[in-house]
Amino acid sequence: MRNLLVTALVLLLTAARTFAREAGGIEMADTLRSSGKIYVVVAVVAVILLALIAYLFTIDAKVKKIEEKE
Amino acid sequence: MRKNWWKVLASVLVLYSLITGFLLDVPHLPILHESIRNLYFHVPMWFTMIVLYLVSVIYSIKHLGSNNELDDLMAVEFVNAGVVFGFLGLVTGMIWANFTWGDPWPNDPKLNSAAISTLMYLAYLVLRNSMEEEQKRARISAIYNIFAFPVMIVLLFILPRMTDSLHPGNGGNPGFGAYDLDSRMRLVFYPACLGWILLGVWIATLRFRIRRLENKKFN
Repeated sequence: MRNLLVTALVLLLTAARTFAREAGGIEMADTLRSSGKIYVVVAVVAVILLALIAYLFTIDAKVKKIEEKE
Repeated sequence: MRKNWWKVLASVLVLYSLITGFLLDVPHLPILHESIRNLYFHVPMWFTMIVLYLVSVIYSIKHLGSNNELDDLMAVEFVNAGVVFGFLGLVTGMIWANFTWGDPWPNDPKLNSAAISTLMYLAYLVLRNSMEEEQKRARISAIYNIFAFPVMIVLLFILPRMTDSLHPGNGGNPGFGAYDLDSRMRLVFYPACLGWILLGVWIATLRFRIRRLENKKFN
């Protein structure tokens, strides 16, 4: 009886540990972020987006100028 | 500049979503891993497309009542901009699907529906170009547009829900909001949607203004 209880307890604990590992062990780009280099990518993408937005604003201004001439 | 505040807002929101979308923490989920961040970029493309098509159909209805040429131009330019966002949605979805579902086109009902609705709007543009007479072209394409919009809604939001689909929120799958669009993700996702929608509207109105100038010049 005692053996059975111990076995059950051990099994339960292993199951809990396996489950915990599964939940916490999902591989993410943790090292990528911790090394700090992700900011480089963010900066590059931000520059591209900012340039495109600036471009849109200049097109907008150009159209406005022609509209005012009409 | 005071009239342009929403263009600045659009730029700020999209830029914000881009930076926080990369840097903020996301739920750790199997299969998706970091690709869950695509939610901030892939989904707003579709929302923007739908809003642009909605504006277009409103102007089509307006045109049938007013017979104003400018309403027709507004309708066509919003579809023109919407199709671009539709293609961006398709391509980004294919990339995402390739790495999470193992196939760029897994014959998911939502994918097929999205393809059909994109073709439907391409047909609208072809239909317009096939007609010479302006009044007739404007009226016929307005009527086509009014029929196309509800069909697009049915294709994208109703039919995929009635069968099995890989997309969250379809075919008995819980939506992203149900289990993992937690408050951290909402903080990025909603501003991203609003920002991209405003940006899409901005591009569409730019196209409309250029088109109007062209028409003035040649008529």
